[in-house]
Amino acid sequence: MSVLVYINSAHGIGKNAFETVTYGKKLGDVTVVTNGNVDDASLAKLGEYGASKVLVDKTLVDADDQQLTRLIANAADQVGANTIVFSHDHVAKNVAPRLSVRLKAGLVSGAIALPDADGTIKVNVFSGKAFGSVKVNSAKKIISLLPNSIQPENIGGSATVEAFAGNAGDAKVKVLSTKQPEGEIPLPEAELVVSAGRGLKGPENWGIVEDLAKALGAATACSRPVSDIGWRPHHEHVGQTGIAIRPNLYIAAGISGAIQHLAGVNGSKVIVVINTDPEAPFFKAADYGVVGDAFEVLPKLTEAIKKFKASN
Amino acid sequence: MKILVGISKSPDTTSKIAFTDGNSKFDENGVQYIVNPYDEWYALVRALELKETIGGTVTIITVGAAADEAVIRKALAIGADEAVRVDADPKDAYYTAAQIADYAKSNGFDLILTGKETIQYNGSQVGGMIAEALDMPFVSLATKLDVDGTTLKLEKEYLGGIQSVEVTLPAVVSCAKGMAEQRIPNMRGIMAARTKPLTVIPAVQVEDLTSFTGYTTPPAKSSVKLIDPNNMDELVALLHNEAKVI
Ligand SMILES: Cc1cc2nc3c(=O)[nH]c(=O)nc-3n(C[C@H](O)[C@H](O)[C@H](O)COP(=O)(O)OP(=O)(O)OC[C@H]3O[C@@H](n4cnc5c(N)ncnc54)[C@H](O)[C@@H]3O)c2cc1C
Ligand SMILES: Nc1ncnc2c1ncn2[C@@H]1O[C@H](COP(=O)(O)O)[C@@H](O)[C@H]1O
Repeated sequence: MSVLVYINSAHGIGKNAFETVTYGKKLGDVTVVTNGNVDDASLAKLGEYGASKVLVDKTLVDADDQQLTRLIANAADQVGANTIVFSHDHVAKNVAPRLSVRLKAGLVSGAIALPDADGTIKVNVFSGKAFGSVKVNSAKKIISLLPNSIQPENIGGSATVEAFAGNAGDAKVKVLSTKQPEGEIPLPEAELVVSAGRGLKGPENWGIVEDLAKALGAATACSRPVSDIGWRPHHEHVGQTGIAIRPNLYIAAGISGAIQHLAGVNGSKVIVVINTDPEAPFFKAADYGVVGDAFEVLPKLTEAIKKFKASN
Repeated sequence: MKILVGISKSPDTTSKIAFTDGNSKFDENGVQYIVNPYDEWYALVRALELKETIGGTVTIITVGAAADEAVIRKALAIGADEAVRVDADPKDAYYTAAQIADYAKSNGFDLILTGKETIQYNGSQVGGMIAEALDMPFVSLATKLDVDGTTLKLEKEYLGGIQSVEVTLPAVVSCAKGMAEQRIPNMRGIMAARTKPLTVIPAVQVEDLTSFTGYTTPPAKSSVKLIDPNNMDELVALLHNEAKVI
């Protein structure tokens, strides 16, 4: 079976790309389609994860949703793909639904696993409080894979990189500027996350949260009231009305664990909760708990992490 | 400016999530429905703000059964001018989008707003699907939206950062946090909502591209392991040796 994987390479090729190619490879023969300013060596690396061919349209920079839809549809047509795989990021949320209508291909949005024996695919629903099984009734299908759902597998293959004329047409959406936090790990992709809530008392106290994140190589997050009152930027707000994340490790300090907060983080593999109140509901959802003052515990944990890193 | 806003119901955020009929259906027993927060707080309120500053109308549309009219009236109480209900079960995003696109096509809107996602399906699908069906540009997960003549100026979430973009109307935009502040309906709004027009229209025929066959809930967590706050070395050792996450 021919599988087409779309990779957004605008900011380099990273873990999400390797996950998506690994996923595609388990379904069939993988061709990758991508666009923009990206070097061939990075693209060829996708071969190690199972891509046999990479089609790249380097003329298409800052492409809009309609251009990417045409690019991907044309690539799918050329390689005869009946399955198209995305990483469920901001680009996929923009483009995959369009492509679904254009190709009349059922879209499985937020997939967390490979298809089951009966062909259905598990997705995250009810903001992480449940999983649903989705059956695709159409001949063609599109799968948008939640980041951090499968482990990338380097199988040591190689891929040819070919220039591809996407025939993408003109852009209707004009990109004026793109601001990416310098050097920070984007929260939706992070494997390790340190998060804090109202228990931290004020924005001036976030140094101890950032120190721990830095020692771990983690991204930072926060509860909703904290971003609502402007202690932290909106993009850090996790939960039912913020973003949902599924890191390997989620450390929550001074967060009570309201159901709406849990909705965004209960897909985390391991949860550590630090709270002065032993009755805080978050402890029920935690793997490890520390009943204590975040102002004392966080610096101690940072020291312990540094010691561990130095000796490992 | 003529604005159309897609309004979906969603279970109250504190609802217990359970399933019936052999885990094939959401258990609605005791569930309170609300307007999906993204649709209400961001899409609808921003539409009303635009109407208040530059004039125009705000129409809301829901694909759903008669029981959804309570939720529709709530959205009218916040300030929409009129409502349309497509009388059908919203089988999947493609089906829902096709209904909304069909209505929009024959009624000519300048701007179509949806929420970023529904909090039950978290699909982020309907907006983009409407856009493709109408051959309009789509800006997803917008956090800021301003109108300058026939040009929309937007900021949107983009791979951990923010992108500023510009697009000419008509367009479809999905709305995320930052776009507007939540409004609480007042008594006058609630009274007025009772008499605002709510038109029920039949569904158009659309094939089902996808279907949900069943649901599962995550296994319950085993009880928490408590660590002495003065022994963070132990926590680090457990995270390394037992949990294997660092
Ligand atoms: C429709 C709706 C949607 C919502 N969506 C979200 C969402 O997406 N995300 C979200 O987070 N919330 C959301 N909420 C809000 C949610 O219900 C909670 O109010 C919120 O999560 C509480 O934030 P918090 O835990 O930071 O603050 P609090 O509830 O005030 O908890 C602070 C915690 O810190 C502890 N603490 C205090 N001092 C210390 C200390 N020195 N050291 C350690 N611990 C300390 C306290 O014991 C307490 O448990 C939503 C609410 C509604 C109604
Ligand atoms: N049944 C529905 N009726 C009207 N609008 C809907 C419906 N379902 C979803 N929408 C709109 O589409 C957005 C995205 O939904 P989803 O693709 O299901 O995450 C929602 O925030 C709503 O604005």
